[in-house]
Amino acid sequence: MKQLLTFIRKEFLHVFRDRKTLLMLFGLPIAQIVLFGFALSNEVKNSRIAVTDYSKDPVTTQLIDKISSSSYFNIQRNLNSAQQIDAAFKKGDIRMAVIFPANFSTDLTHTGKATIQVIADASDPNLATTITNYITRIVGDFNTQSELSTGQPLQILPEVQMLYNPELKGAPNFVPGVMALVLMLVCTMMTSVAIVKEKELGTMEILLVSPFKPIYIIISKLTPNLLISVVNLFVILVLSALFLDLHVKGSTLLLIFCSILFILTSLSIGLLLSINAKTQQSAMMASLMGMMLPTMLLTGFLFPIENMPWPMQVLANLVPSRWYFIIVKRVMLKGMGFGAVWKETLILAGMCLALFAISLRRFKIRLQ
Amino acid sequence: MISLSNIKKTYPGGTGRKTDGQVKALNGISFNVDKGELFGLIGPDGAGKTSLFRTLTTLILPDEGEATVDNYDIRKDYQQIRNRVGYMPGRFSLYQDLTVEENLNFFATVFGTTIKENYDLIKDIYQQIEPFKDRRAGKLSGGMKQKLALSCALIHKPSVLFLDEPTTGVDVVSRKEFWAMLKKLRQEGITILVSTPYMDEANLCDRIALIQKGDILSIDKPDNIVRSFPGQLYAVHASDTHRLLQDVRSFPGTATCFAFGDSLHVTFKDAPSGSNAPSGAATGSPGEPQALLQYLQARNHPDATVEKTGPTIEDCFIHLLKN
Repeated sequence: MKQLLTFIRKEFLHVFRDRKTLLMLFGLPIAQIVLFGFALSNEVKNSRIAVTDYSKDPVTTQLIDKISSSSYFNIQRNLNSAQQIDAAFKKGDIRMAVIFPANFSTDLTHTGKATIQVIADASDPNLATTITNYITRIVGDFNTQSELSTGQPLQILPEVQMLYNPELKGAPNFVPGVMALVLMLVCTMMTSVAIVKEKELGTMEILLVSPFKPIYIIISKLTPNLLISVVNLFVILVLSALFLDLHVKGSTLLLIFCSILFILTSLSIGLLLSINAKTQQSAMMASLMGMMLPTMLLTGFLFPIENMPWPMQVLANLVPSRWYFIIVKRVMLKGMGFGAVWKETLILAGMCLALFAISLRRFKIRLQ
Repeated sequence: MISLSNIKKTYPGGTGRKTDGQVKALNGISFNVDKGELFGLIGPDGAGKTSLFRTLTTLILPDEGEATVDNYDIRKDYQQIRNRVGYMPGRFSLYQDLTVEENLNFFATVFGTTIKENYDLIKDIYQQIEPFKDRRAGKLSGGMKQKLALSCALIHKPSVLFLDEPTTGVDVVSRKEFWAMLKKLRQEGITILVSTPYMDEANLCDRIALIQKGDILSIDKPDNIVRSFPGQLYAVHASDTHRLLQDVRSFPGTATCFAFGDSLHVTFKDAPSGSNAPSGAATGSPGEPQALLQYLQARNHPDATVEKTGPTIEDCFIHLLKN
């Protein structure tokens, strides 16, 4: 035990004496928060939406046909009650709901005016704005067309309502993304050099010819990185609360628990890279190139995963940050409990265990 | 204490294919080192010294052969061996960003001991670097680095000490000090296996093995190895050493000629081969040195001298390589 503590202490000394790396580790999350503050827009296709028709008349049928024929939307199923819609939103099954009230047809025939309700999930504000704009334009088109064909002016007005993030602030979307991205990159990069550094410096030779066990070496290497990452996590949470006015809606404890699980998973990825790498440089490159791009693309933070072709979607399932992103969005933004994220948590735990076990097995007790 | 029998190790070639460019590092090495012996492995770079050290410290597995360290098998009981030996790799392998004291403390704890407990053993060595104990190891001079590395390898009172080229890249004074320390450690009963590319250090060992390209050329006490040198060796000296070397080599009676310091070490052929060489004894013709002197003076080396000299380990090594 004393051996382990001494080893861990040694690792901390390494970290604190390398000022440049330390600065990078803590500077990165802050820089990311600032950088991603600028909104990123993107085209949206095949968004899953729900359509509820309480009126069921020729006009609504026509309008629904028009909506479903557009490539922007993918009508999931007819959700028939407010509760069902609410549940679908929380699960993230739908991005938007279009509701035709029961008196739609009577209003339209008697007054020439009617409203439909459009509710969008604005936890991703760009997506919400884009798809509500699409629906408004489709309804506007429909108005003009019917006026041309019947000569009667029709006025169907969409009433747009933004859920979860009524002010359409960018922060709620990018903070979970930055958390996933930063933690993943920092953890993998820090750890990817850990073991291979000892190999490169030749100190591994001495460590192997000693009573010290491989598992102890691994634990000592991971401990400072875990601690630094937890500090980073708190920095991000405090920064977003202070400057972006974004507070954790759900249980902070649950968020921290899931974050530590995610950190451990990322550390294990770095560990595996480090154990297999020949030089520090190749380990660093592998973690940067190999992790940066998939994490950026496949987390669902910059580009919605449902817009991707299916092979990419399958690939995205292998990216741990993808699951963590879902957890953070649900717990932090929507205030949901463990019941809503247990599946994602379980997937992360599985990934973490598997990666750690593989790393331990692949740790070489001899040279070559 | 250490015993090897027919240890073979081949590294795969660069292409990765089995038959291509294999490097034979150890070609059936066998020897024994007794308890408390200071045993030297002498050979040039690439002779297989480091491979041998790594085999004995269980860092690599040999392809063939058996070896034991302190009666533990290098394959089966690798953990036992790792727990009790001290190993100082050829490359400086301490933490450069930790201070002298932190390094020593770390290795003491890893081996489950404290600096206090075994301070007596390292006192002589450590006292020399103790004034710099708060300096980072990376900022030490070459000699001090080696002293620190030796302290770290000794801190757990190992039964066997493996030192892979401990004096390479170290100044002459530090090298002398280093060897004096090894002599002292031997008196403590620690078995020491040390390798060096410096032939002059061979005389400081109890026994030495001359090793070249994975083969052992000779194992004996340094004195015996020197004594076994056949024939008479001559030192040839002149001011223009470079031209002298070419001229001596072109002399028909010359058997071997190598630069040694600022002179040349020369042996002469057993049988006369040149027209101007008189017949000679089996250990080199007695007339040859005189003939060489005349030969050199005729070739514009007015200050040339040819004198008898005693062989060194290096001469023996070169002689063994030739055969």
